[in-house]
Amino acid sequence: MKLQKATSFALFAVLELAAAPTRQLAAAEIADKYGISLHHLAKVLRDLGRAGLVDAARGVGGGYRFAGNPKRLTLMDVIELFEPIGSDGLGGDEPRQPTDVVRALRLVLNEIDEHALATFRSITISTMLKIVNQRPWLAALGERKARKRAQRG
Amino acid sequence: MKTAVMGVARAGLRIRPTLAADLPAIIGLDEEVTGLAKPGYWGDLFERFGNRRRDRRFFLVAEGQSRVEGFVIGETRAWEFGSPPCGWIFAIQVRPKGRLKGVGTELFNAICDCFRKTGVVIVRTMLARDNTTILSFFRSQGMMAGPFIELETMLEGGSPP
Repeated sequence: MKLQKATSFALFAVLELAAAPTRQLAAAEIADKYGISLHHLAKVLRDLGRAGLVDAARGVGGGYRFAGNPKRLTLMDVIELFEPIGSDGLGGDEPRQPTDVVRALRLVLNEIDEHALATFRSITISTMLKIVNQRPWLAALGERKARKRAQRG
Repeated sequence: MKTAVMGVARAGLRIRPTLAADLPAIIGLDEEVTGLAKPGYWGDLFERFGNRRRDRRFFLVAEGQSRVEGFVIGETRAWEFGSPPCGWIFAIQVRPKGRLKGVGTELFNAICDCFRKTGVVIVRTMLARDNTTILSFFRSQGMMAGPFIELETMLEGGSPP
């Protein structure tokens, strides 16, 4: 699964800010840390602000602060602000009259979507921070798996 | 029967093995959550998990102020699905009004201690994809998707429940 750039940036920002909820962080600090476009991140932060997930303070020493409830806010809550989760079917060129093959493929794609949705809905920001802080081996494992997938692909 | 206290989890909360006298409270708690009273089911579970093979089967309650606040059931099992011995959690439930106070975490920790004493290092569970509350709870305890995929089929002539 690949998330869109804006979604990934939103997750970086939310997790970074939620890790120290009393601290204000400038967008540039987050952009520097992740090596991402400040301009794009600023747009994402505005969207997060409109959704009530971050507060922005202007002026010297200003920045962003996490405004959500980390025990309630799930990955899904953040993701769905930026993109629909679920396969786009069969690439948008589905036949007008669905055949048995099309129906069967949809069934399989739906199975994958259901798993992805259940995963994103069940992981809160608080749980993500635990994974980040207490399970560095899991993150390393994830990177190893991603490398293997890339080698296979 | 002797009631071994597994630990005083937090002020006023005690985790201990389930007794027959706890069954009405457990049935009531389950009914409160699911809307269905299943006395036969819980009686059978208590018979199997509360009374037999207690070295590897665990049926624990969290008791607070003389009331059952929650329970957890699990077992150390070996070689099912080709898996070396591991702990399985079959059910965990906390009184709805007593949630978000750490009762579930204490129950989870207590049954993990029980599993650990049987020599296993992996704990598993399985639950409905749409059971977000319990799914989130297990996630918050550090559980992640394991190496198995559950599959099912409907027998010919069957219809969805």
